[in-house]
Amino acid sequence: MPLDNVKKIILVLSGKGGVGKSSVTTQLALTLSLQGHSVGVLDVDLTGPSIPRFFGCEGEKVQQAPGGLIPVQVHPAGSTTIPAVAKEKADKTNSTTETSTEEKQFSYGPLTCLSLAFILSSRSTAVIWRGPKKTAMVRQFLTSTLWAYTPPTATSSSTPPTPLDYLLIDTPPGTSDEHISLLETLLKETTSAQLAGAVVVTTPQAISISDVKKELNFCAKTGLRVLGVVENMAGYVCPCCGEVANVFSKGGGEVMAREFGVKFLGSVPLDPAFVALVEEGRRPVYEVIGAGGEENGDEQEEVEEEEKPREKDPGLLVEKYTSCSLYPVFEGIVKEVLADIASREGEV
Amino acid sequence: MAPTLEDSVTSPASEALNAPLKSAPALVAPEPEHCPGPESQQAGKGDACAGCPNQQICATAPKGPDPDIPIITERLRGVKRKVLVLSGKGGVGKSTFSSLLAWGFAGQARKGKIQKPKTELENGSAHNLEVQAPEEHDEDMEDEEDEEKEITVGLMDADITGPSIPKMLGVDNETIHVSSSGWSPVWVSDTLCTMSIQFMLPSRDDAVIWRGAKKNGLIKKFLMDVEWGGLDLLLVDTPPGTSDEHLSVNSYLKEGGVDGAVLVTTPQEVALLDVRKEIDFCRKAGIKILGVVENMAGFVCPNCRHQSQIFKPTTGGARRLCKEEGLKFLGSVPLDPRIGMACDYGERFGEAYPDSPASKAIDEVVRGVGKAVGIEFED
Repeated sequence: MPLDNVKKIILVLSGKGGVGKSSVTTQLALTLSLQGHSVGVLDVDLTGPSIPRFFGCEGEKVQQAPGGLIPVQVHPAGSTTIPAVAKEKADKTNSTTETSTEEKQFSYGPLTCLSLAFILSSRSTAVIWRGPKKTAMVRQFLTSTLWAYTPPTATSSSTPPTPLDYLLIDTPPGTSDEHISLLETLLKETTSAQLAGAVVVTTPQAISISDVKKELNFCAKTGLRVLGVVENMAGYVCPCCGEVANVFSKGGGEVMAREFGVKFLGSVPLDPAFVALVEEGRRPVYEVIGAGGEENGDEQEEVEEEEKPREKDPGLLVEKYTSCSLYPVFEGIVKEVLADIASREGEV
Repeated sequence: MAPTLEDSVTSPASEALNAPLKSAPALVAPEPEHCPGPESQQAGKGDACAGCPNQQICATAPKGPDPDIPIITERLRGVKRKVLVLSGKGGVGKSTFSSLLAWGFAGQARKGKIQKPKTELENGSAHNLEVQAPEEHDEDMEDEEDEEKEITVGLMDADITGPSIPKMLGVDNETIHVSSSGWSPVWVSDTLCTMSIQFMLPSRDDAVIWRGAKKNGLIKKFLMDVEWGGLDLLLVDTPPGTSDEHLSVNSYLKEGGVDGAVLVTTPQEVALLDVRKEIDFCRKAGIKILGVVENMAGFVCPNCRHQSQIFKPTTGGARRLCKEEGLKFLGSVPLDPRIGMACDYGERFGEAYPDSPASKAIDEVVRGVGKAVGIEFED
C-alpha cells in the first residue's frame, strides 16, 4: 500500500473556514522541509483547493504511473544560503566582512503535493459533488498516491523508493464527508504510530472558536490525537507605524486549548509580506518596521517607492520563505509538534 | 489498479444537480464508492450498485420527483423573496454578511410594494434567463394592506457543521419550539427570525459528524417543517464549497423560485479562485447572481489612521472579477475589528457604530441587494 511508505501523517483541521488551514499547512510543510525532512502535502479540500496556489504550481497536472498517482513536485532536495538578518545591517554600513559569518547554509528536503486542482481542466471549474463521490475521491487520493515514488530516470532504478518523512493533510472546514472518509481510511490503512495526530487551526474571535471547539470534539470522538492548537491571524503589524492591531481580537486560542486540555502551539500574526510572497513571489523585507515607528513621514515614502519596482524575486519559495517573519514562529511550532510525536513514540 | 480520475472529474455537473429529485430511501448499509446517490434516477441501476446491499431498496423506491418539494413550495408561499449567500471560500464573511444583511433589512420601512425585479439582467448571462419565470405569481400574493409595512426577514443557517448565525444574532442559547403546525423559528426581534442546527444541539460545542445525506435531510426539514410565515425576505447562509448543502437548498427551492445569490469574497486571489468556482456553480445550477461583495478590503490602523491592505487584491480584487464575469459589484466593506467584535457578542453593528465607514459601506450593499430583488426602503 502506498501509505506504508509514509512515516508520519499530520492532519491540519479546523471547524471554521478561512482561518488559514492551507496557509498553516504550507508553512508547516516549508518549515519541515527546511529541517531536511521529505514532505508531502495532500489537499482534500475538494470544492475549494488552495494548496496549488500557495505552492505556486497551479498549472501542473498529475502524472499517472503504474500503481498510482505521482504527486506534483514543489521542489527537490537541495540547499540554500540564508541571508541572516545581520546581513542587511552590515550592507547598509558597507562593512561586508561580517556577512560571510552570518550566512547560514541550510539543506532542505524534497516537497511534493497533490490536489484535486491538478486534475481539473480549468481553474474556475466548480466541483459539484455530493458526499459519496467525495468519499471515493478522498479514498483514492489516500490509497493510490505514490508519495515515495522515485522516477525511473533516477541513477539507481533498482533501489527501493525512500519513504516520505511527513505527510501533511489539508482539510476543508467542517466535520462532514471528507473528514469522516479521511479518518475512516486512515484508521483502517495506517498504524497508530504512523498517524501522528492533528494540528487544529483557529482565529482568535469567539465565532471561530465556537466552531473549532466542535472540531476538537470531533477529534475526541474519533480518537484522533490533537497535537496542538495554532492561533492564526492574531494581530496585524501596521506596515506604516508598526502598531500591532488585534484585527480579530486575541488570546481566544490559548484559552480554548487550556479548556480542552490540549497544547497551545503558538500565535501566528497576520503578515502581509507572507501574502505577497505567496501571491507575487516577493521575498519578504522588513527593514521599515525594524527601524522603529517614530520617523513616520520618511518611511511612508520609502514604502510607496518600494512597492513598484519589486517584482517576482528569483529563487524557490522555500528559499524565500526563510526571510519571512513567520518562519521563526513556525520553527517553534514544528519543534513542539515533533517533540510531542517523539515523546509519544517513547511511550509506545 | 490504474486510477481514472479524469472520468469522475469531467462527468457533467448536471448529474449532481438533478440528483435529488426523489426522496431518499432508507438504506441498510452505507453508500458504496461511486454510489450514484440513493436519490438519483440511476439509484439501484448504476455500475457501483451491483453487489450493494442497498441495491434492491434503491431500485424499488418510487421514482419521480421528491413528493416533498410541492410541500416545501406551499410552506414557503408567503415568503416573497429568497436570497442565498454564497462563497466558495470559507471565512470570508458569509455569515457576518448574512447577519448584517438581515439586520439591515429587518424593521426597515418598505417603500411601496415589493417590485418585480428588472428583467434586464445586469450580469447579462444567458444561463440565468430561465430562472426569471417563477416571478409571476408574486403579484397575486401581495395584498394591498402590505404597503408601508416593516420588512420581516428570516435567516436560515444551512451551515450544518459550523453554524455561526445564532451567535452573531445573539440568540445562541435559544431552543426550537415545536407546535402542531411545525417548528417555530427563533425570533431575534419583531421583524427578524432565524433557524439553525445550533438550536438543536444538546451541548453548544457538540460536533455534528454527518455525511451528506443526513445534512440534506435537515435542510429539507428547515424548509418544510419550519413555520416561516409571511416573510418579505428569506436569506440562506451557506457553508463554503459547492456540495451537498448547496445542491439541496437549490433543488428544494427551485420550484418556488430562488431570487438570486449574493457572493461574498475577500480581495486576495486565493479567495477569488474559489469564488470563481462558485460562479461556475451558480451558472450551472441556474441561480441568478445578484452581485459580489468584497469583504475585508483595506484596514485602517487604529493608531495612525493609515489604510493598508491586509489581503492584497493582487489580481484586481472583486472589482476586476466582476468585470471579467459581467457581474454586478455590490460594494467593498473595509476590515473593521469592531464588526468581528459585534458578531462575537451578537450585537447589531450598524446600530452601535452608525457613522463608521464600514457601516456606510454595508448600508450601500444592503440597498444594492434590496434593489436587485425589488425591495426599496423609505428614507
